[in-house]
Amino acid sequence: MDCYTANWNPLGDSAFYRKYELYSMDWDLKEELRDCLVAAAPYGGPIALLRNPWRKEKAASVRPVLDIYSASGMPLASLLWKSGPVVSLGWSAEEELLCVQEDGAVLVYGLHGDFRRHFSMGNEVLQNRVLDARIFHTEFGSGVAILTGAHRFTLSANVGDLKLRRMPEVPGLQSAPSCWTALCQDRVAHILLAVGPDLYLLDHAACSAVTPPGLAPGVSSFLQMAVSFTYRHLALFTDTGYIWMGTASLKEKLCEFNCNIRAPPKQMVWCSRPRSKERAVVVAWERRLMVVGDASESIQFVLDEDSYLVPELDGVRIFSRSTHEFLHEVPVASEEIFKIASMAPGALLLEAQKEYEKESQKADEYLREIQELGQLTQAVQQCIEAAGHEHQPDMQKSLLRAASFGKCFLDRFPPDSFVHMCQDLRVLNAVRDYHIGIPLTYSQYKQLTIQVLLDRLVLRRLYPLAIQICEYLRLPEVQGVSRILAHWACYKVQQKDVSDEDVARAINQKLGDTPGVSYSDIAARAYGCGRTELAIKLLEYEPRSGEQVPLLLKMKRSKLALSKAIESGDTDLVFTVLLHLKNELNRGDFFMTLRNQPMALSLYRQFCKHQELETLKDLYNQDDNHQELGSFHIRASYAAEERIEGRVAALQTAADAFYKAKNEFAAKATEDQMRLLRLQRRLEDELGGQFLDLSLHDTVTTLILGGHNKRAEQLARDFRIPDKRLWWLKLTALADLEDWEELEKFSKSKKSPIGYLPFVEICMKQHNKYEAKKYASRVGPEQKVKALLLVGDVAQAADVAIEHRNEAELSLVLSHCTGATDGATADKIQRARAQAQKK
Amino acid sequence: MACWAAFLLSVGLVNADKLAGRTRKYKVIFSPQKFYACEMVLEEEGIYGDVSCDEWAFSLLPLDVDLLSMELPEFFRDYFLEGDQRWINTVAQALHLLSTLYGPFPNCYGIGRCAKMAYELWRNLEEEEDGETKGRRPEIGHIFLLDRDVDFVTALCSQVVYEGLVDDTFRIKCGSVDFGPEVTSSDKSLKVLLNAEDKVFNEIRNEHFSNVFGFLSQKARNLQAQYDRRRGMDIKQMKNFVSQELKGLKQEHRLLSLHIGACESIMKKKTKQDFQELIKTEHALLEGFNIRESTSYIEEHIDRQVSPIESLRLMCLLSITENGLIPKDYRSLKTQYLQSYGPEHLLTFSNLRRAGLLTEQAPGDTLTAMESKVSKLVTDKAAGKITDAFSSLAKRSNFRAISKKLNLIPRVDGEYDLKVPRDMAYVFSGAYVPLSCRIIEQVLERRSWQGLDEVVRLLNCSDFAFTDMTKEDKASSESLRLILVVFLGGCTFSEISALRFLGREKGYRFIFLTTAVTNSARLMEAMSEVKA
Repeated sequence: MDCYTANWNPLGDSAFYRKYELYSMDWDLKEELRDCLVAAAPYGGPIALLRNPWRKEKAASVRPVLDIYSASGMPLASLLWKSGPVVSLGWSAEEELLCVQEDGAVLVYGLHGDFRRHFSMGNEVLQNRVLDARIFHTEFGSGVAILTGAHRFTLSANVGDLKLRRMPEVPGLQSAPSCWTALCQDRVAHILLAVGPDLYLLDHAACSAVTPPGLAPGVSSFLQMAVSFTYRHLALFTDTGYIWMGTASLKEKLCEFNCNIRAPPKQMVWCSRPRSKERAVVVAWERRLMVVGDASESIQFVLDEDSYLVPELDGVRIFSRSTHEFLHEVPVASEEIFKIASMAPGALLLEAQKEYEKESQKADEYLREIQELGQLTQAVQQCIEAAGHEHQPDMQKSLLRAASFGKCFLDRFPPDSFVHMCQDLRVLNAVRDYHIGIPLTYSQYKQLTIQVLLDRLVLRRLYPLAIQICEYLRLPEVQGVSRILAHWACYKVQQKDVSDEDVARAINQKLGDTPGVSYSDIAARAYGCGRTELAIKLLEYEPRSGEQVPLLLKMKRSKLALSKAIESGDTDLVFTVLLHLKNELNRGDFFMTLRNQPMALSLYRQFCKHQELETLKDLYNQDDNHQELGSFHIRASYAAEERIEGRVAALQTAADAFYKAKNEFAAKATEDQMRLLRLQRRLEDELGGQFLDLSLHDTVTTLILGGHNKRAEQLARDFRIPDKRLWWLKLTALADLEDWEELEKFSKSKKSPIGYLPFVEICMKQHNKYEAKKYASRVGPEQKVKALLLVGDVAQAADVAIEHRNEAELSLVLSHCTGATDGATADKIQRARAQAQKK
Repeated sequence: MACWAAFLLSVGLVNADKLAGRTRKYKVIFSPQKFYACEMVLEEEGIYGDVSCDEWAFSLLPLDVDLLSMELPEFFRDYFLEGDQRWINTVAQALHLLSTLYGPFPNCYGIGRCAKMAYELWRNLEEEEDGETKGRRPEIGHIFLLDRDVDFVTALCSQVVYEGLVDDTFRIKCGSVDFGPEVTSSDKSLKVLLNAEDKVFNEIRNEHFSNVFGFLSQKARNLQAQYDRRRGMDIKQMKNFVSQELKGLKQEHRLLSLHIGACESIMKKKTKQDFQELIKTEHALLEGFNIRESTSYIEEHIDRQVSPIESLRLMCLLSITENGLIPKDYRSLKTQYLQSYGPEHLLTFSNLRRAGLLTEQAPGDTLTAMESKVSKLVTDKAAGKITDAFSSLAKRSNFRAISKKLNLIPRVDGEYDLKVPRDMAYVFSGAYVPLSCRIIEQVLERRSWQGLDEVVRLLNCSDFAFTDMTKEDKASSESLRLILVVFLGGCTFSEISALRFLGREKGYRFIFLTTAVTNSARLMEAMSEVKA
């Protein structure tokens, strides 16, 4: 392991850079990379190549080919480019390929070459053409910036939510800028461009000239510029062969380096990592690769082949026709452990473990040394961390073994970090595999998160691996396995060569009733692919009937939707379906459908009652529901109609309906009401005053109060008002009038059907004790006591009660005896009681 | 559908503004949930764009320490009359909310079609969001769901427990009541919150009214005594008294005078001879004797135009306790009623018939044409979803038989001591044990419906009585004493008082969840047709 640091190159005082191979490329490229438009996605993403792009071979009738490969060079897709000439390619954060065409159209393709959608960068571009384009990443997503033939810039900071921004004009710009880039600062996208010796910064409001501080004089043109992954740093390559490095805000200079090469570099990218000790810029020429650190030092590599640089969060990937390499600054933990003659605790621990395996007592010595310094915890942590940064599983293992060894001598070392590292490394090694081809580093993986990684595996249709990872990491089913299975099923339904039955069965077999899987989503996908039958089959597996409804409606299976909606018990859903059905079916069919679904029917009726009264009538008609029809017309007779003729007519219709419903009572009552209405109308005409809409009782009362006794009696006869009611009515009315004479006459007209107690009560109510007493004497024996008590004749009441020998009456009277005045009466009752008891 | 009316009103408002050429921004907030139908109306009216909609998913209003109300008074009419099931989902969501807050309910019982539907919907919700409540320790041991139509009788009776009486007399709205000048003995009305916070009220709310006055005067004497203590005090004690006790005493004083005022007002209205007669008739109806006398009492009640709502209530009570009116009475009472209160009540009667509140005795067992139609529908495969509105036509109340089975009319030898109640019957002066509460008592005792088959059959609920017990018994004994009772269609304060009493006797603690607090007048108003 002595040569372990052989590929380490020191840069500056403290940092080392190393380059190691990720893959030897599997692709069988016929042409040179320089002949292709190349785009590689960050985070170990796919590579897109557009061969024979138009501009190179305008004459040739050969159509260009768009190829998509994984990072290990496995072909993912290949298609003939049939659209217009392409200016630039780029990958979005969702790993969608954006192809910017000369006419400003941006075509979006999936990882597997499937066309997704397209959008345009504005009409202005149509005439002026796109000269150049950049795809860049922001915190909102992926942005596109274009430079038009009129030397104007247009950009959109997020292609997912397309908002085009035309940048202001650069004054006096006659030719295309020598180089430019999109910058993202404070959540706003800017354009930085170089024209001759000048730099301009464009934001959405203005164009301002900027100068990098401390730039060596003599620059007449900038040949290349590079922004770091996080948009924090900027590098400029001048025609004098200088590289200026500084902050992207152009406020601070890091260093300036003279590389003595004046030829314009092919590519220049930043190579740094979070908390980097020595940031560097990687510059590539045809056959030379230079790593320039901010301490003005450099490392040079020779390039055997035409290569392409992909900036990453913590380094740079370099791929060529044959290999794919990763160049990065050696992480601190690794450096501590592996630096030659390092005495860092991690290095000692690794050594100790090796000696231990050799069964040498040196192991103990090393261990003691660490322990004496009290650095064992730190040592273990270092080993774990360093393992994460190693690419080779062997190296990862020996570091982890060392950590595990060191852990044995610690009492309380929390196991989490070790366990998680082991898990993470297994996942990383799995996805780095040649067949999968996602060469993520540990830092990239942490930045990306497991959820996104799973999404990317799903995107590559690597369902089994994704599921294995979920199971291995014990992710909750809803976020993990079920989600992936659902994606798988959505993919499955697109396989048009398999029969509906087979697909449905296969899906159900695999998914079963895994929680969190929505069969309706899968069905929606199937329907999207034009497989309605399959969609219906899949919906049958959906346990929540409510979820089935929207799709069924979309597929025009409204009746099925209705029964599912009813099954779900969600009335709102039922309603949604009903209104759909109403528009879809003709009235007759609609009503028939309702008839078989009482719940829907009552719901619809409710709606009609408030919104569509006519429809309600039709509904009842359809059902021959004469009873409700009658009620409907009754309501109409006082709610909808105002003219008396209209009201009577409505009542007539109602009465007819009631007859049909064999509800004689209601029919008769309605007819009576018609009669009453007409009569009330006549009364109003003849006598004036308000009669309409009074009840029969109130009509008669009003007549009596108005002194129309004859009329009142006529009315009572006509409507056969029972005697009892009439007596009550007259009694109350006359008392109200305080027409005591008439009342007395009335009381003597014949024997009262309601007895005479009410007379007493009512007189007392009007505080007329004198009249009350008259009637009290006529009250029958059963109620006599009550009547006497009412008029306040306690003594006589007591006599009557004693005479009756009625215990209840006695107590009643007794309860009315108050204090001194009735003392004698009370005694009398008590005596009577005593006597009664004796007997 | 009060909400509908309000909603349509707002739609009218927007349209009126539009006609007048005013452009404004409108916002409609739907509570407890937005209905698709409403959006449709907005769209059809062409004002969808002018109005922004929001939803306030408010479902439970805690009215008191043991009372949650969904404040859905329209539930009763919408479901039990119109067969509209839209609120059932709302109930299910409320239950779901409770179970996420208090853990799963280990024991569930229910009776009634609506109870069953709500229960099943709720179960579905739980399954969809599985895992959330799983593994939580249950805090509430039992839940009991009960449809209002299982027991109309109790809700139709005049209330004589203080809180119920206050509700019947002054109408308690959302836990507060407006006491008019006759109570406050000033010229102003006063809005008073009635709950356990009110110390005076809390002590009398569950008492039979006949005890309340005595209690209040005792309280007044105590209060006076406390005031009087200050006579013998020195300066320091007086300072203490003023700073610490006086405020509480004054507060108590205020409350006491309010409740005394309320009592007086109630006494004025209720202890008239009429009220005694009324109660007597009610008890006769419940016990099933002197039916003829009661019928003529009701007739007189109608003839004298005492009160349309009261008359209707008595008719319904008669109908339910007697399994429907005999045809002659059915016709004549209705005729009398129409003559007294107006012809539009023809529709009221149609409603009451549909809800099963006021029916005609079926001659023998031969089914009428309508009923056979219904039974045909019942055998249809849509039977499970058929609306109550129809099925109620075929069902009989069987109150008498149930009453005998469950011993609802306590046999009393001597005077029933209302000061020291023996059973739940005290809430109706010892004459009747509320049916709903008795059912709950019986089921809780048995921990199932076992042995109650006959009762369930008589209640026409054979298909809708259910028990669901989870096997794993993680519930602590503490939680098993806690019972959530859910009334679908409303419950009365008398029922609450009765169950509170039962809780004290048996060591349970009841929590009530109701769609709304109701009483006989509210039920009758919900069924009445009134001229707009």
